[in-house]
Amino acid sequence: MVDRQAMPLQDPKERAHNFNEVALGYSGEQALAEASRCLECKSPKCVEGCPVNIDIPGFISCIKKEDFDGAIDTIKLTNTLPAVCGRVCPQEVQCELHCILAKKGEPVAIGRLERFCADYEREKGVTPPVRTTSSGKKVAVIGAGPAGLTAAADLAKAGHAVTMFESLHDTGGVLTYGIPEFRLPKAIVRDEVEYIKQLGVDVKVDYVIGKIKTLDELREDFDAVFLGTGAGLPKFMGIEGENLNGVYSANEFLTRVNLMKAYLFPDYDTPIKRGKHVIVVGGGNVAMDAARSALRLGADEVSIVYRRSEDELPARKEEVENAKEEGIVFRLLTNPTRILEGENMTVNGVECIRMELGEPDESGRRSPVPIEGSEHVVDADVVVIAIGTSPNPMIFSGSEGLETNSRGTIIVDDSGKTSLANVYAGGDAVTGAATVISAMGAGKIAAQAINEYLSN
Amino acid sequence: MPYTIIEKKEIASSVHMMKILAPDVAKAAKAGQFIIVRIDETSERVPLTIADFDATEGTVTIIFQEMGKTTKQLAKMAASDELQDFVGPLGTPADVRELGTVILVGGGVGIAPVYPQAKAYSEAGNKVISVIGARNESLLILEDEMRAASDELHVATDDGSKGHHGFVTDVVKNILDSGEKIARVVVIGPPILMRVAAGMLEPYGVETLVSLNPIMIDGTGMCGGCRVSVGGETKFACVDGPEFDAHKVDFNLLMSRLALYRNEESKCLDNHNHKCTCKGDN
Ligand SMILES: Cc1cc2nc3c(=O)[nH]c(=O)nc-3n(C[C@H](O)[C@H](O)[C@H](O)COP(=O)(O)OP(=O)(O)OC[C@H]3O[C@@H](n4cnc5c(N)ncnc54)[C@H](O)[C@@H]3O)c2cc1C
Ligand SMILES: Cc1cc2nc3c(=O)[nH]c(=O)nc-3n(C[C@H](O)[C@H](O)[C@H](O)COP(=O)(O)OP(=O)(O)OC[C@H]3O[C@@H](n4cnc5c(N)ncnc54)[C@H](O)[C@@H]3O)c2cc1C
Ligand code: FES
Repeated sequence: MVDRQAMPLQDPKERAHNFNEVALGYSGEQALAEASRCLECKSPKCVEGCPVNIDIPGFISCIKKEDFDGAIDTIKLTNTLPAVCGRVCPQEVQCELHCILAKKGEPVAIGRLERFCADYEREKGVTPPVRTTSSGKKVAVIGAGPAGLTAAADLAKAGHAVTMFESLHDTGGVLTYGIPEFRLPKAIVRDEVEYIKQLGVDVKVDYVIGKIKTLDELREDFDAVFLGTGAGLPKFMGIEGENLNGVYSANEFLTRVNLMKAYLFPDYDTPIKRGKHVIVVGGGNVAMDAARSALRLGADEVSIVYRRSEDELPARKEEVENAKEEGIVFRLLTNPTRILEGENMTVNGVECIRMELGEPDESGRRSPVPIEGSEHVVDADVVVIAIGTSPNPMIFSGSEGLETNSRGTIIVDDSGKTSLANVYAGGDAVTGAATVISAMGAGKIAAQAINEYLSN
Repeated sequence: MPYTIIEKKEIASSVHMMKILAPDVAKAAKAGQFIIVRIDETSERVPLTIADFDATEGTVTIIFQEMGKTTKQLAKMAASDELQDFVGPLGTPADVRELGTVILVGGGVGIAPVYPQAKAYSEAGNKVISVIGARNESLLILEDEMRAASDELHVATDDGSKGHHGFVTDVVKNILDSGEKIARVVVIGPPILMRVAAGMLEPYGVETLVSLNPIMIDGTGMCGGCRVSVGGETKFACVDGPEFDAHKVDFNLLMSRLALYRNEESKCLDNHNHKCTCKGDN
């Protein structure tokens, strides 16, 4: 059997200074070679590991036959955003984890093959979808992230008149404002949204539900409502110095860079502080994206400060590797205790403390404990806090009877139905910050449930 | 969806009024709220207070002062031009209730956000005493409108070219010293004015509200860039405010955060002016 095909990457030295996509995608030969590794198991475990149950052996067998159209059609039966998922899904804990070859450490590169098929189709030109006959029902979808986009597509395909409301000036949710260009080119997100518009979805941006109209009002105007409002509220640590100039939430930092294109300043008007020594607090995908963006903005040194060890880093492994290659410094088992103040309320270093791993906590991970007396100062002029987000409560003003739990997430049943009769929800708004594919999966399930509700 | 400018006027030197067709925003707007405008693809998102709104006509009025690149670019636009984005109404509406007698203080372009509040406090059954001021007479805006919306109007200019020679805070102090029972003072203007007013009013024990204007991006609570410190707690001005208890606000933090991008802002403006001269003034 051939080896797992490596993903061709932009050279680390070069890419550390540009925002172009890092992973370049398989060539045709590579795709064929990689596909040839798939054993086409009778009861494929990989499919079970996929939150939207793509027929993985099915699409890979099409690739083997060089039937790339057949391959992408197979993927699209259950996944509306393959160009996105092929790039950002954490395959190592989903489909690829269950691949029979994973036992030998070399699972089939399912994600890369998915991306190959999606890119093949994009290059060729996507066939515009055919619109279905109208059901006469109206559905509102709030939030244009992966959950909302998926629900909207499925609802429109079922013939409902779908109106999508998005508070920002652009669609895509985190795919647009959070995940940087070098990992997910915005042209891809834009094309996906175009596709949804072609299905007849009326997309209204600049439209904040809870302010311009309330959920209560939408429930009157529409037969059903889907909430895909995400988890966009940034958390801060509550340590001294967090309001100093030069301290950003990851959301602000990434929004400036991605949505507002601060990396193209002054051609684009929105500024960002380009730090020389940047510290990013956190160990997830968000932290990696912020750190790698800071590097590309011209920092001399960027470090990730994370309170647990490498094994616990929640970010995708591939992105941790990419970050390391680019020269991001990992200060593991370290936690910030305060941000030091320089001239004019700016950041002048961060005091950190070393940590050790103690007993496992309720999540099963060993909880970090500070080592007394190990405080030390790390140079920094910009600090980015990437320790998580929670659902934005804006949607809740004027949503009588919508039940949430103590973490601010919306309570739903298995079909995505909320405590309100015609209101469904899914994605990060329900689960808290999770993944693109789980948000899409939730959007699909809810769309299905809305369909059933509307046909009764 | 672009938003059409219906009317545009320079109402004082470098201060402009613009009426924009945005029916959904106009329908939902309340005094004390703001909008965010993005002129075109490369523009910043800039927050501006809703100075007036007309639900039947479907229009929202903004009044802005030329400060840097975006407001200068906006100032060059004219009726029938279009704005790419106009989001709102954002922020928590002003806490307007029947209280008795209230003093509304507007400094400079801060008179614009005070105007809808004067109307709202009047409608709620209050006696409204307004105190408006500017550096000089030519910079004073909305005098007639404010007179019509208030029971009493006082004017102050720094150079004495109109009304009281001095600051609006002097006038407020005189009113309070006269012994009239004042239930609340609302002060909107440059941060320095709000800080001075808060300090002056502290000993009187009168409830004082200010409307804060930190740098914002989304205006919906998702970035935290607009954070301010109120009573030692961090708040997001775009959702928790912009109105806060003046006596609890850390004005020094607000002012230092407003200066964060000074270098970048002047670079951006230079770049803009340079482009304008190179391309001819579009
Ligand atoms: C920097 C970053 C990197 C990530 N990297 C990965 C990765 O590599 N792989 C992966 O699988 N996942 C990743 N994630 C997580 C993933 O992006 C999210 O789980 C996913 O986007 C959630 O989708 P969603 O549709 O539920 O919400 P979102 O994508 O958050 O979209 C919600 C949308 O709703 C809008 N909205 C909110 N409130 C309102 C309102 N009141 N009215 C109107 N509109 C509203 C928001 O503006 C937003 O556009 C990353 C997240 C971040 C922040
Ligand atoms: C809630 C709120 C309501 C406001 N209402 C009004 C109003 O009714 N009329 C008015 O003239 N001004 C108002 N402002 C201030 C106005 O937003 C700024 O003057 C404007 O953003 C300046 O942009 P610029 O590109 O022209 O100038 P720049 O050169 O970018 O900046 C000039 C100064 O404006 C401030 N500023 C810059 N960017 C922003 C931003 N994105 N958000 C807030 N402040 C910024 C900074 O302190 C800066 O030093 C309001 C601000 C807030 C937050
Ligand atoms: S402007 Fe982003 S949170 Fe207030």
